[in-house]
Amino acid sequence: MSELFVIVEHRLGEIRDITFEMLWKAGELAEMLSSDLTAILIGHEVNSIAEKISDRADKIIIFDDEGLKNFNADIYKEILAGLIEESKPTLTLIGNTSWGMELAPCLSIRAGLPLATDCIDIISKNGNLIAQRQMYSGKIFANVSFAESDGYILTIRSGVFPTDRIGDRQAQIVQKDFALKDITVKKNFIEFVETAAGDVDITQAELLISVGRGIGEEDNITIVKELAEALNGILSCSRPIVDKNWLPKYLQVGTSGKSVTPKVYIAVGISGAFQHLAGISGAGTVIAINKDPKAPIFRTADYGIVDDLFKIVPVLKDKILEVKKG
Amino acid sequence: MDIIVCAKNVPDVAEADLNISDKGTDIDKEDLVFGINDWDNYAIEEAVLLKEKHGGTVTAVTVGNEDDEEVLRRCLAMGADRAIRIEADDISRFDSFVISKILSRVIKDLQFDLIFTGVLAEDDYYGMVGMMMAEELNVNHANMVTALEIEDGKARTTSELEGGLGEVSLIELPALLTIQTGINEPRYVSILGIRKAAKKELKTIELADLGLSDEELSPRTIIEEAFLPPETEGAEILTGDPDKISSKIIEILKKKGVME
Repeated sequence: MSELFVIVEHRLGEIRDITFEMLWKAGELAEMLSSDLTAILIGHEVNSIAEKISDRADKIIIFDDEGLKNFNADIYKEILAGLIEESKPTLTLIGNTSWGMELAPCLSIRAGLPLATDCIDIISKNGNLIAQRQMYSGKIFANVSFAESDGYILTIRSGVFPTDRIGDRQAQIVQKDFALKDITVKKNFIEFVETAAGDVDITQAELLISVGRGIGEEDNITIVKELAEALNGILSCSRPIVDKNWLPKYLQVGTSGKSVTPKVYIAVGISGAFQHLAGISGAGTVIAINKDPKAPIFRTADYGIVDDLFKIVPVLKDKILEVKKG
Repeated sequence: MDIIVCAKNVPDVAEADLNISDKGTDIDKEDLVFGINDWDNYAIEEAVLLKEKHGGTVTAVTVGNEDDEEVLRRCLAMGADRAIRIEADDISRFDSFVISKILSRVIKDLQFDLIFTGVLAEDDYYGMVGMMMAEELNVNHANMVTALEIEDGKARTTSELEGGLGEVSLIELPALLTIQTGINEPRYVSILGIRKAAKKELKTIELADLGLSDEELSPRTIIEEAFLPPETEGAEILTGDPDKISSKIIEILKKKGVME
């Protein structure tokens, strides 16, 4: 029977949502392809993590060793290359996360298997495997096929599949050992650091007014700040604003910043890269102001204003102050 | 400290209206303005900053046609010492796997302590060339680097993880690092600066001279179809003059209970 691999991602003892999302998609594919679904769990003292997915896979292969406590792409790569050689899975799914983006290309070369990254869907078309992904900042979709191979590696974008359980499975647990001493580790984990600590906690805000690349210049941020003040809302931003050092990291909304859940989110000059959209999936109502009608933000927003933000924002602020004065 | 930076020339699509090309597997690029991939801009800046601090050389490398040399000229103007272009008229026939094979073959014969690539390229969004090269060249690596210090022949890197967390590692050189945006503030490049850098060495290597096998030049992923995003319900678009639009927004804010 053919087999599908899902590589479990976990951090600091917690399973990451991407693992559930991959298991959901793999569960669906396993039924379609009549395959067994195998989760690969590498770490130390990971039994509680295995429990969380025991009804979502047919088999969980666990590598448990103190030397596997921290993620290391080279060690993961060697372990997985061995397993792939042994079981020849049709598909190996890895999260398109910071760690997965390091591991998957190395594994692809090491195991000699084709790789498509950042997939948003996996389809079977006339018996051929098709990976669906986005290009050009999400403005174009693409269907990608593969050169013929025994197996394929795909990395999966976070947040596109549900975290729910699919199907009815009971995992058989298989403990395996890996000869860690056989590989020299030339990258040493030192520590985790908080990069987004600060005075303002945007995750608690009810109203966020968020500024993006469209603001053009640092000084222009003032008009968005004034709008936030007029509304008693909190100012936040997208990644390019932090990259340019115009606002601090703790105000950044998105995958590498904070996920927010305001009642209303006003996006000013934000095009809506998926990393940003992932951070506002819990927002109540999204209002977007952007002059590009094709900006991906309009696909997720509830209300859109296709116009120059410099024309809208100052008028909106004045009008709010006027209304408040009564 | 000898550093190699891989850079790519990409179309700016930020506010462009994109159309699918006749072949149906890419966009029509005729009217688009090209420039250095944003991530690579941070990578070249980081390399030049390190050179200014520790000495050594910076070499910029790209795969592409004559038009793509613009990226290398920019790198030279920013402070790279020399540049190499591997001649390829149409790189869209290659996938990341082939590009990583080409780059690795050229870089293998160069002297380096560090190789930088951007985390990913704005056009295809694959983000795999860097780490494929790390495996190919058998060098140490770190992904999504947002801070870098060199100490006692080792690189102290901070890799960006999800949710505002950074992972600090110590890596033996030589190493390949994929550089994340925001790691530095890329310097401004003037036209005069680019003109001045014209004297620097810019070498062209023919693809055929690299002796890559057919297998190494065969893409493992093939774009079957490129298409515009499927229609969704999308946002309700508010229209009118700024005054009217503002009134509509205020109405929504009141209804949602965030404004009195």
